Amino acid sequence: MRLMVPAALAAATALALAAGPALRHPPVRTTSSVETVTVAPGAFGFRLSGEYLRDGRPVDAPRRTVTFRRGFDIMKDQVSAAGYAACVAEGACEATEGGNASATLPVTGVSYRDATAYAAWLSAKTGETWRLPTDEEWAFAAAERLNDDALGPVQDTANPAERWLARYRAEASAAGRRDTRPKPLGHFGLNGKGLADIAGNVWEWTSTCYMRATMSENGKVAHSTENCGVRVVAGRHRGYMSTFIRDGKTGGCAAGLAPENLGFRLVRESPSAVSYVRGLWARAAG
Amino acid sequence: MLTRREALFGTAAGAATAAILTSMPAAQAAAEPQPADVNKLPRERVELVAPPFVHAHDQVARSGPKIVEFRLTVKEQPMVIDDEGTTMQAMTFNGSIPAPMMVVHEGDYVELTLVNPETNEMPHNVDFHAATGALGGAKLLDVNPGEQATMRFKATRAGAFVYHCAPAGMIPWHVVSGMNGTILVLPRDGLKDGDGRRLKYDRIFYVGESDFYIPRDANGKYKRYESLGDAYDDTLKVMRGLIPTHVVFNGKVGALTGDNALKAKVGETVLIIHSQANRDTRPHIIGGHGDHVWEQGKFANAPERDLETWFVRGGSACAALYTFRQPGIYAYVNHNLIEAAELGATAHIMVDGEWNDDLMTQVRAPAPIASY
Repeated sequence: MRLMVPAALAAATALALAAGPALRHPPVRTTSSVETVTVAPGAFGFRLSGEYLRDGRPVDAPRRTVTFRRGFDIMKDQVSAAGYAACVAEGACEATEGGNASATLPVTGVSYRDATAYAAWLSAKTGETWRLPTDEEWAFAAAERLNDDALGPVQDTANPAERWLARYRAEASAAGRRDTRPKPLGHFGLNGKGLADIAGNVWEWTSTCYMRATMSENGKVAHSTENCGVRVVAGRHRGYMSTFIRDGKTGGCAAGLAPENLGFRLVRESPSAVSYVRGLWARAAG
Repeated sequence: MLTRREALFGTAAGAATAAILTSMPAAQAAAEPQPADVNKLPRERVELVAPPFVHAHDQVARSGPKIVEFRLTVKEQPMVIDDEGTTMQAMTFNGSIPAPMMVVHEGDYVELTLVNPETNEMPHNVDFHAATGALGGAKLLDVNPGEQATMRFKATRAGAFVYHCAPAGMIPWHVVSGMNGTILVLPRDGLKDGDGRRLKYDRIFYVGESDFYIPRDANGKYKRYESLGDAYDDTLKVMRGLIPTHVVFNGKVGALTGDNALKAKVGETVLIIHSQANRDTRPHIIGGHGDHVWEQGKFANAPERDLETWFVRGGSACAALYTFRQPGIYAYVNHNLIEAAELGATAHIMVDGEWNDDLMTQVRAPAPIASY
């Protein structure tokens, strides 16, 4: 969020400048036609994202209990190709390669930048605040479809290749021989919380930055480096992608298994002080 | 659009040329010593297996020359060549791209039966780069749908050689549609380094690299055609641009990754045969080397040593020996990295075993930049 707000404001300004009429009227608070699911408050065990080192060797990220005191609204479906195409048609989003505008297929071949541009557009359009979920939010909403990407204890700490091979095997077996072509929305069914297509063949952008952390003896994070040029993509396995990558298959490293497709779904902020202030700001600007 | 009739007519025209060509080498035949009776040699029938695997074979010949019988059946079939489901109207030998590898020893006779089932559209044949005369045997193997033919040639030169379909007027199209493979002719006493010392391999990997040329529609999407003939005109236009849409190992983007990644162990020596029937390529093992590389694939020449990347001329096959010394995931690529990463020419090799700290160690793991 820390990074999201200024970005959204900037985008809203750009849009307001570009589209005159939107400027002259305060944003109308309408209930958008986007179908959302309310994820109830709760707590869950969450494996932190990022890469963790202990004694200079990679280890599984620590597991923490994450509590959501408030629930949140998240899109039931991934953003459709048609939904994204509407943003493209208004000049607020960059066209995808091939320009698919299907109402039944999820949009794929989109980068983090595309996803945030869409969120800014949808927010301006609806007068609501839409943003990418954090990795924690996505994981909580994923419920039983969340795959723990822990590899378990390292058998031979002196052999770094063991983890590389274990990771490769785990991701290869999860990939199986599945069809990687995007399927119609709903194809992979609902999860326990009512979200569709979680952990199907479209990975979803989150707002969480990549982090590398070094653990101390007591299991606490001694120091960490955050790189927000790389974000977490959530799906069957967790991935880390540069924000401008649109095709995970070619954006991956030399010897890893990349996400099959990149898409996204958004969280709607419940009305809050931030959105109230933003509404005032937009009015003032008008 | 090319109809079956036109394609067949093309063959008929070529056959006349063939008759002239086959009659020519007769004068030179006396120079080669002929065994008393080839037909008295022992025969062996070998069942071919699909790549990246290679049929069981001896590295050193156990006996004298023999006749080794192989059978290839042409399969014209649509094949998916990437993760997006792009479908090519492919032409194949035995249904795989590349075609299966045949292994014999120098001095053996290769007896190939080529079957072209009636259900196919096109005439086919085989040009063996390992064979001498008749356009590599192609002119003795021209078969129309519903026909079969058998040709025998003596494997007089040791090496990895490409074979491919070469029907009159349509050679490149058949080759880039999948009709290419490799025959490995081993020296009778096995592989040797430049000093005459035996070289053995524990595993053999067969990587056949293909360049595909798939036409796109007005929206940039790859087109799909109902038949080979329908695909011909558009495909030829893309081919003439010389820029492939896909450069892949073993017929498909990712064919040798994930569950299908190649596997080896630390200490094992792997012989990698890499063929490219049409276009130059440059294999490289990321994190490894070529210990002994017959870059041109011919075993009468001493292998080069300690190569980082080797060059495979279009229309040839190379042989590279490497002993894995470190575990991990290796990427085996065409080191035109654009072709490797964007067009598909990447394979993975999973290597299990003990890490060698002496060869490499992480002195200090990534951490915030230290201030001194």
